[in-house]
Amino acid sequence: MAHQSLVLTMMKNDKGGITLLSILFALIIIIPGLNLFVAPDSAFHITTYTLTLLGKYLCFALLAVALDLVWGYCGILSLGHGAFFALGGYAMGMYLMRQIGDRGVYGHPELPDFMVFLNWSELPWYWQGFDMFWFAMIMVVLVPGLLAFVFGWLAFRSRVTGVYLSIMTQALTYALLLAFFRNEMGFGGNNGLTDFKEILGFNLQANSTRAVIFIASALALAMGYLVCRYIVTSKLGRVVIAIRDSEDRTRFIGYKVESFKLWVFVISAILAGIAGALYVPQVGIINPGEFSPLNSIELVVWVAVGGRATLYGAALGAVAVNYSKTYFTAALPELWLFALGALFIVVTVFMPKGLVGLWKQFYKKRFSQGKKNPAEILKTTKAGDE
Amino acid sequence: MRELDRLRNVMRRDRVFNFVKEKRLPFAAGRHSVMAGELDISHGTILYVENISVSFDGFKALNDLTLYINDGELRCIIGPNGAGKTTMMDVITGKTRPDSGVAYFGQTMDLTRMSEYEIAHAGIGRKFQKPTIFPFHTIFQNLELAMAADKRVWPTLFASLNGEQRDRIADVMEIIGLQDMREQEATSLSHGQKQWLEIGMLLMQNPRLLLVDEPVAGMTHQEMDKTAELLIRLAGDHSVVVVEHDMDFVRSIAQTVTVLHEGSVLAEGTMQEIQADPRVKEVYLGE
Repeated sequence: MAHQSLVLTMMKNDKGGITLLSILFALIIIIPGLNLFVAPDSAFHITTYTLTLLGKYLCFALLAVALDLVWGYCGILSLGHGAFFALGGYAMGMYLMRQIGDRGVYGHPELPDFMVFLNWSELPWYWQGFDMFWFAMIMVVLVPGLLAFVFGWLAFRSRVTGVYLSIMTQALTYALLLAFFRNEMGFGGNNGLTDFKEILGFNLQANSTRAVIFIASALALAMGYLVCRYIVTSKLGRVVIAIRDSEDRTRFIGYKVESFKLWVFVISAILAGIAGALYVPQVGIINPGEFSPLNSIELVVWVAVGGRATLYGAALGAVAVNYSKTYFTAALPELWLFALGALFIVVTVFMPKGLVGLWKQFYKKRFSQGKKNPAEILKTTKAGDE
Repeated sequence: MRELDRLRNVMRRDRVFNFVKEKRLPFAAGRHSVMAGELDISHGTILYVENISVSFDGFKALNDLTLYINDGELRCIIGPNGAGKTTMMDVITGKTRPDSGVAYFGQTMDLTRMSEYEIAHAGIGRKFQKPTIFPFHTIFQNLELAMAADKRVWPTLFASLNGEQRDRIADVMEIIGLQDMREQEATSLSHGQKQWLEIGMLLMQNPRLLLVDEPVAGMTHQEMDKTAELLIRLAGDHSVVVVEHDMDFVRSIAQTVTVLHEGSVLAEGTMQEIQADPRVKEVYLGE
């Protein structure tokens, strides 16, 4: 009961969040249902391609929510969040690689194909344990979390803020990109990890497995949303917004600003890692391209388009931009990058609060008659002063 | 229990071994007998600033500044622009580290070695020159954030307000006259109200010493009178240090006035003494 009331108070006045969770709930039931139980020739059938595509969007939405937590609420513009996403993806990819077993092209019972190709004779120490699902899942959380902790501890303690921090995060993801490109790193180099066969013994190509991963992605997004919502509605959330708006003031009323930033940054990185782990089995590949700085910048555009500091806006932005990306890259591939650039400019100049802000403005204009007008409020406060 | 306490008192290391004590004691503090971490004002002085020098790129913002603030005192600090008033506050609150000199809070706490949040916890509250509040929080939330509480990360995540704390916030809202605007965002406040809100936030911290930088800048005369009243009421329970340019305002609240000039104290005394001082006239009042 106590749990229920906690969720209720948290979601009170959060129409956007309730909408998001309802949509997710509906998706969980409808999409896999239409995919699995409706005949392929029916008009209502949803292809596995669409199912996987939607699942991918959900992972991106979770990643966007994670970025919104640090950017929208704490004011830390991370241009390297793709790195945490990719690390989570690699952890999952390593598990999936080990699951291939001796069914690889070279048929080696233990080594993944690329290691056989490189003439390696045994598994490197950091690949140990990844044949166990639980271990891989811990790594999905631990590796991005640890990197965020070390990076954040160094950066926030030295009070690196603003543009400088953004550039450093960008450098971080770029450095990882270069490192993962190298064959000696033992992560498959240029080609990355691919050719996955099964997860937990279930065939990855099977429709039912895909449906379960889709449901897991939707649940992860819902949980991620609730966790972030709990954080931003708690006192800690108010402290974090206070840090965004006036860091010095927050420090002088007795909060250790560095610790708060670090905490939020690590939580966000962990969520990004989880999103990456769910992304990889759906697209079937993880390669160093995921570390590309461009990805992290696109991610910032999603959040900006959706609307910062709303959480559900970030999810909306991620889906909206990625849907248009899917559409544009098929219809007018050469125009997509221009469209993305134009989108970012339009959003920054004309709708700084994103789609959510646009909707709120529209809503206010149409339904604000019943409310007190500002002049009246001013009068009452003046009277209170005397 | 009492035996144990007595034993503890006998075993106090800092009384037995000198080296356990802080090395650089303020000259005026004399011998101290309180453990580090608790505020000791047994000598009646709450703040010791001795021989502090700070320079930025060769410019001496503070030059051998020495200043004592008594417990419960309301002290005004005046001085022309660039006299080092704000730098002094930065040193006391841990924002700027001095090149030399000592700053002690009570007899035991070395401010030059503490970080900003530790100093805030120890009981020094600071109001900035420009009103600095949290614009997108309500008045209530602004005060809630400032409230003395466990301000570490995890306790903050699970913190909730109890009745006593709500009453405390309501009291402070009453003191600063914003009780009717509880749920308004602070950004909608007038300039004067923002100043009061910031003073209210200081009060929520339960500080022993309040540093108030130009509290009446940009205020109307009525607002000024109200601020003066507020600050006078606070002195006694708290020690208050006011840095201000407005001479009328200083005259209306001042007990003791310190004049800073080029980073050190030029004169100190009552308002009459200060106004009669020829050196002060020369650098400040006589223009």
